[in-house]
Amino acid sequence: MSSPARYTPYHPKWYRRRVSVWWWLETGSYTSFVLRELTSVFVAIFAVVMLWELRALAQGPAAYATFLARLKTPPFLALHALAFLFVVFHSITWFNLAPKAMAVRFRGKRVPDLVVAGLNYGAWLFLSVVVAFILLRG
Amino acid sequence: MELFSCDVLVVGGGGAGLRAAIAVVESDPRLRVAVISKVYPMRSHTVSAEGGAAAVIKAGDSLDEHAYDTISGGDWLSDQDAVEAFVKEAPEEMLRLEHWGCPWNREGDGSLAVRPFGGMKVQRTWFAADKTGFHMLHTLFQTTLKYDSIQRYDECFVTKLLVDEGRCQGVVAIEVATGKILAITAKAVILCTGGCGKIFPFTTNASIKNGDGMALAYRAGAPLKDMEFVQYHPTGLPFTGILITEAARSEGGWLLNKDGYRYLQDYDLGKPEPKPVLRSMELGPRDRLSQAFVKEQEKGRTLQGPYGDYVHLDVRHLGEKVINKKIPFVRELCLKYENIDPVKEMIPVRPVVHYMMGGISTDIQGATPFPGLYAAGEAACVSINGANRLGSNSLPELLVFGSRAGRAAAAFARSQPETSPPVLLAAHDEESRLEQMLGRQGGKEKIATLRAEMHRAMEESAGIYRTESALGQAAQKLSELQDRVENLSLDDHSYTFNTEMTSALELSYMLDLAQTIVYAARERRESRGSHQRTDHPQRDDQRFLKHSLVFRGENGTPRIDYLPVTITRWPPGQRVYGR
Amino acid sequence: MPQTVTLEVARYRPEREAEPIIETYEVPFRKDWVVLDALNHIKDKLDGTLSFRWSCRMGVCGSCGMTVNGRPKLTCAAFLSDHLPGPIRVEPLRYFPVVRDLVVDITDFMRKLKKVKPWIIRKEEKPLSEGEYRQTPDELDAYKQFSMCINCMICYSACPIYGLEPTFIGPAAIALAQRYNRDSRDQGAGERLEILSEHDGIWQCTFVGECTKVCPKNVDPAGAIQQYKLTSALHWVRTLLPRG
Repeated sequence: MSSPARYTPYHPKWYRRRVSVWWWLETGSYTSFVLRELTSVFVAIFAVVMLWELRALAQGPAAYATFLARLKTPPFLALHALAFLFVVFHSITWFNLAPKAMAVRFRGKRVPDLVVAGLNYGAWLFLSVVVAFILLRG
Repeated sequence: MELFSCDVLVVGGGGAGLRAAIAVVESDPRLRVAVISKVYPMRSHTVSAEGGAAAVIKAGDSLDEHAYDTISGGDWLSDQDAVEAFVKEAPEEMLRLEHWGCPWNREGDGSLAVRPFGGMKVQRTWFAADKTGFHMLHTLFQTTLKYDSIQRYDECFVTKLLVDEGRCQGVVAIEVATGKILAITAKAVILCTGGCGKIFPFTTNASIKNGDGMALAYRAGAPLKDMEFVQYHPTGLPFTGILITEAARSEGGWLLNKDGYRYLQDYDLGKPEPKPVLRSMELGPRDRLSQAFVKEQEKGRTLQGPYGDYVHLDVRHLGEKVINKKIPFVRELCLKYENIDPVKEMIPVRPVVHYMMGGISTDIQGATPFPGLYAAGEAACVSINGANRLGSNSLPELLVFGSRAGRAAAAFARSQPETSPPVLLAAHDEESRLEQMLGRQGGKEKIATLRAEMHRAMEESAGIYRTESALGQAAQKLSELQDRVENLSLDDHSYTFNTEMTSALELSYMLDLAQTIVYAARERRESRGSHQRTDHPQRDDQRFLKHSLVFRGENGTPRIDYLPVTITRWPPGQRVYGR
Repeated sequence: MPQTVTLEVARYRPEREAEPIIETYEVPFRKDWVVLDALNHIKDKLDGTLSFRWSCRMGVCGSCGMTVNGRPKLTCAAFLSDHLPGPIRVEPLRYFPVVRDLVVDITDFMRKLKKVKPWIIRKEEKPLSEGEYRQTPDELDAYKQFSMCINCMICYSACPIYGLEPTFIGPAAIALAQRYNRDSRDQGAGERLEILSEHDGIWQCTFVGECTKVCPKNVDPAGAIQQYKLTSALHWVRTLLPRG
């Protein structure tokens, strides 16, 4: 706004500041929020890779072996490492926010946030152990 | 100038004003009612009331007992017919507020809870956590949003009442955001603008409590009643004026002078015990504690700080656990707004002005002697509080008299013709006056300087103890300040949200009201309730069992008259301290 | 402890400036002074033209919200000592139109407050002669937190959605709607559901969570919104099922 102010007595002339396109860099919480939302991209990538794997399986052992070999190449390893970090970040932020979204009442009193989050983490750990057991035993 | 009109105009958007607006709409939905306030209604000072609101609902209590407590607490200056009406209607009004959603605290079975409060013999104080006024105001405000017929003029500063044919016909106001002048004509005006604690330097009151409505009524020719009765609270923080609740003392806090000595023992308030004893030492009556502070100050035994003299309230010996459990709000207030931790440091406290018993004189319907002009709340004086208000009586007062004034104003408005044209000429004159004031250049006086001098005069002469000579000096000083305020010029000549202009207008209101307080105090040559004269230390029912009325005299100086107190069933007795 | 501290205050006088500028003031430093005290000192002693809102000085009226060093705060609760060594930058609340200096226009918020019908809605009123509506302490607890809002709009100032899409109904309005929805005496949840489930209602919220972080009264508007999303979604599912 570089034109000189033209002011009419009694007429309100409010100022509206434009919100910068880099608004999400202004605070740690905003940046963390945007990264959290970006994790959805990596979850989508995981889903696509899984579909690709299923397709490779359907095409026979040779195609599957090629697929697995491709997964072991550096670019794919890097992508998976990055995706894993983002998905873990997604899970942690999800569990931490869960108590906010669910006001669980037990015997008339609100269950504390830490307990709700703790139960979520506990269930995650338990399921991870079960899955690891199944995978590693075979 | 822009012109608006309505049937009933409520000035002030606090508890009384909002309740009055609802009463008008409910009494006649065809009436156009408007609420004009210099701040948005949820900022009104009702919001800061903490303690509670008294009304008789529990078994073992009676209306007569509530009435007696109020009348004796008011040192028999309360109009007993008004008190009887008040205690009768209070439970109904508070119950109505509950139906409107007010989150009153409850007993285990879901019924309303009450708690003890100073001055009330029986527990009858309803409360909503430690934020009763906040919840009451927000409930009232949100309920007014239900009625589309309640028009609001937010952040509009009223500068003058429009008067013609001997009746009040509206107001002139500044729309603060744009500087535009508004003339709002109305068939009835209800003033609910609150008290004027900001006349004094140490007060719990917010910056907006400048007695606008009282001064407007005074300048229009309506009388103010009992202005000399100013209530102090003994423990407030010296700079911010934030109230440190009685609970800090009832849990065992000590008041110490600069030598670390529990000085109250020198003032016939008992002997210092390790545990708090009811009605003794720090739990004595509020006015005795405030008076003890002044005496210590005279002896030079109070501490001197950058904001004035103070003493210490020591709760450190209670320990962190007790403080966090019993008085967490005290700790929170000190930490968040004064950067002091009561667990580790002593709290600086001093008596602070809390409430104005006096105000615009009204009858028990909320009508002033001026036709078309009504008043309710702290701005009005009916009087139910007499010479000294009991805690938890002011919140129900807002509801009872806000509602009464609303109904009375509605009835009056229905019977009136439209406003007369000459009123608009007066509005144009006011517009010129304001334009002149805004544009004035070259004046030598500053708002902050004049305000500080008014504060000093009031604190020294019209404080807790008053004498003829000190009040005379204050009268002279205020007269001088009234002259000097003509020579005020503003730094800010803008139309847009000019808060310097509104501060200057507020200062002129406060100077007028300060004069009424000083003159009324000088003429009342007795001591009663919160008005203590060292030169006339006794109560004198022969000569002064009557209300003081202050009128604006010919040359601007106050003229005093008197109005008898209505006594119905309780002949004056001794005000017994504690029970 | 320093003797003075520098304040950089945003000024905007529509008659003179096309956009806000910063003016610097040197104010005394005191341990118990907050930013609001510094602003009052400026207005009283240094520059009477500074305009800002304030009233109670104890965090209950909600008037004095401003942006201090980039964060929205109640200036009556922002100690100078917490912002040393300075300079301390004081600007009007973000995402609201600036009227003058540190004063913003809040008519949009006032309109939204009314829109959510923040009053007790009942099919039938109980007569006063029958006494109060019974409400146990637990029932009071269900909505008490949401009733603590002082309408300071600091949550709006922290919400990037409100900044990017000013039509968003906003955290405080939804929290207030929830305060009434959860009140055992109220029967208006259905009426509010339609209003809140609109495009500019709860579904614009992406749970940034900043509103809860900055709320000076711990109202937890983010919690109110997410819980309401669940209520609203369940209600929508129920409308799909055949009546049975």
